[in-house]
Amino acid sequence: MRLNLLRRLPRAWRRPLAVCGGLVAAGWLVVVLAAPLLAPHDPLAQDLPRLASPGAGHWFGTDELGRDVLSRVLYGARMSIPLALLLVTLSLLIGGLLGACAGFFGRWVDETVMRVADLVFAFPTVILAMVVAAALGASLENAVLAVLVVAWPSYARVTRGLVMGLRNREFVLSGRLLGFSAWHSLRVDVLPNVLGPLLVLATLDIGTATLLLSGLSFLGLGAKPPTAEWGAMVASGTQQFDMWWMGVFPGLAILTVVLAFNFLGDALRDALDPSTARTIGAEKERVA
Amino acid sequence: MSPRSAASEATGGRLRPPARGPRAGLLRRHPLARFLLRRTLTAALLALGVTLVTFVLTNLVPGDPAAANLGQRAIGDPAIVAQFRHQHGLDKPLPVQYATYLGNLFHGDLGESQQSHQPVLTDLGTAVPATLELAGAAIVVSLVVGVAFGVVAALRRDRFTDQLLRVVSLLGVSVPTFWLALLAFYLFFYKFGIAPGSGRIAPEFAPPPDVTGLYTVDAALAGQWPVFWSAVGHLMLPALVLTAYTVGLLTRFTRSAVLEVLGQDYVRAARAKGLPGRTVLFHYVLRAALVPVITVAGLAFGALLSGTVLVESIFAWPGLGAYAYRSATTLDLPAVMGVGLVVGIVYLTVNLAVDVLYGLIDPRVRVQ
Repeated sequence: MRLNLLRRLPRAWRRPLAVCGGLVAAGWLVVVLAAPLLAPHDPLAQDLPRLASPGAGHWFGTDELGRDVLSRVLYGARMSIPLALLLVTLSLLIGGLLGACAGFFGRWVDETVMRVADLVFAFPTVILAMVVAAALGASLENAVLAVLVVAWPSYARVTRGLVMGLRNREFVLSGRLLGFSAWHSLRVDVLPNVLGPLLVLATLDIGTATLLLSGLSFLGLGAKPPTAEWGAMVASGTQQFDMWWMGVFPGLAILTVVLAFNFLGDALRDALDPSTARTIGAEKERVA
Repeated sequence: MSPRSAASEATGGRLRPPARGPRAGLLRRHPLARFLLRRTLTAALLALGVTLVTFVLTNLVPGDPAAANLGQRAIGDPAIVAQFRHQHGLDKPLPVQYATYLGNLFHGDLGESQQSHQPVLTDLGTAVPATLELAGAAIVVSLVVGVAFGVVAALRRDRFTDQLLRVVSLLGVSVPTFWLALLAFYLFFYKFGIAPGSGRIAPEFAPPPDVTGLYTVDAALAGQWPVFWSAVGHLMLPALVLTAYTVGLLTRFTRSAVLEVLGQDYVRAARAKGLPGRTVLFHYVLRAALVPVITVAGLAFGALLSGTVLVESIFAWPGLGAYAYRSATTLDLPAVMGVGLVVGIVYLTVNLAVDVLYGLIDPRVRVQ
């Protein structure tokens, strides 16, 4: 009521946290694109004084090999963020497709997909991802694969639940009665109705994927040493933990990226989630 | 149509005892026994599935356990490699290996770790209590703090407190655990010197006599109070680091669960008939809101086990996470399988406990 202009903005953007998250996320995307222009030094060059504390020359200090930490943090964004986006897209596609099939066809398709998902859920994510990554051999590609293995089931579960709710609704049934094939019906009638919640899940998952991936690198199961990767940088920070800047800054980078996407996802969920919307409705009713 | 009627219809149809007879009669009279029996059987099947998945995962991969466990020089010698493979049964076909493993499993034999040269069961016997102590302390703290935060946030919806708690909980789920552990260790141990160093107790103490494997409990049982306080001190920092994620998670879920219940008619009715706010909150709102929260607490326990892998490596905590890491990176197959089995069993037990708790808290979901 107070600010009519604000009311015209989409719900999600009326929240300061969402705006905050959006700005930070956009900032990091700029860093991903423009890291070579922004970084003051070559992230791999070892020609600086070693273990210099943060100061005018090196805002974030230098590491044990004389590399500029700021430059490495900026270049690290080119690892973590595109990989997290790729991961979320892939698990959305795989999990979404499997879940949609499970929910739509039911019977043995449902049983098979969901029991496999249950098995994956029975493992704590980091431990399963760690076993997969270790078994495949430590490399960034295998770490991505490992995270994919643990990430798809949540999409499958959500999609299945939504599709099962939609499967017998009148508009879907009437489509089938008109002769739509299962595939066509899934695409035309079901898909548009599940996209919203999946998008929320995916946004929140970008943060989770970033955390998992950097966690694997921290354990030495991801990016190989010279690469500037945030998790690996924190790991080398633990080796020299009195040189706080080596671990603190890459960790802060992870934190801000994850936080930004979580702020965004949280606001999106509030805007899209019908159950919260219902309570909002009830609340308003009571006030009135 | 209420969810209750739908649920009872569904379970009523499926759960009807198959035949008359003494056994069916017993099960009919004890729905909880029947429920537990069914769930335990499902859990056993899932645990079997867990061993199969671990087995397939660790075998269908390019990594070679011989290469991971033998030194550089030994690898060059085909005789030593062959002997290693023979000794650990790696030269047999995979189905035979799995069958052998399962056969031994039923005798309580989990095989021998290729790294520690001890039975995996012995290794797990020391690692599991260490982790349970850590994760147990963390889940208790998280439940108390998380639920309290969530309730306060819901009651103060959209006010400043709610916004503040939202930021706190999002920070909690966003912070990388391994980084928080490093930061906490640096600040409280290195910089301020108020936290004890790594490990489970101070090096000058011997571990308390082994009863439960939980150092705090064992020390208290033996009346060794200095050891007890040392164990508590060592437990505090890693446990608090672990709580960050779960507190965030539980706060968010409690908030939305409480909000959902606050909008229900029966809450409005309770208010309308003039019940005091506290009665409405504890007897009407919280009781219903805790059901989804309990589910999430089960999930949170799994997340805690994940967190221990990262936290244990920084605090040199000799638990399951550290053991899992060591055995996964060296492709120590029996040890990895053992970890998988334990973790699977813990997860299934927690879920079973969650389902039983449901019925205790909310009579609406009690098995018919």
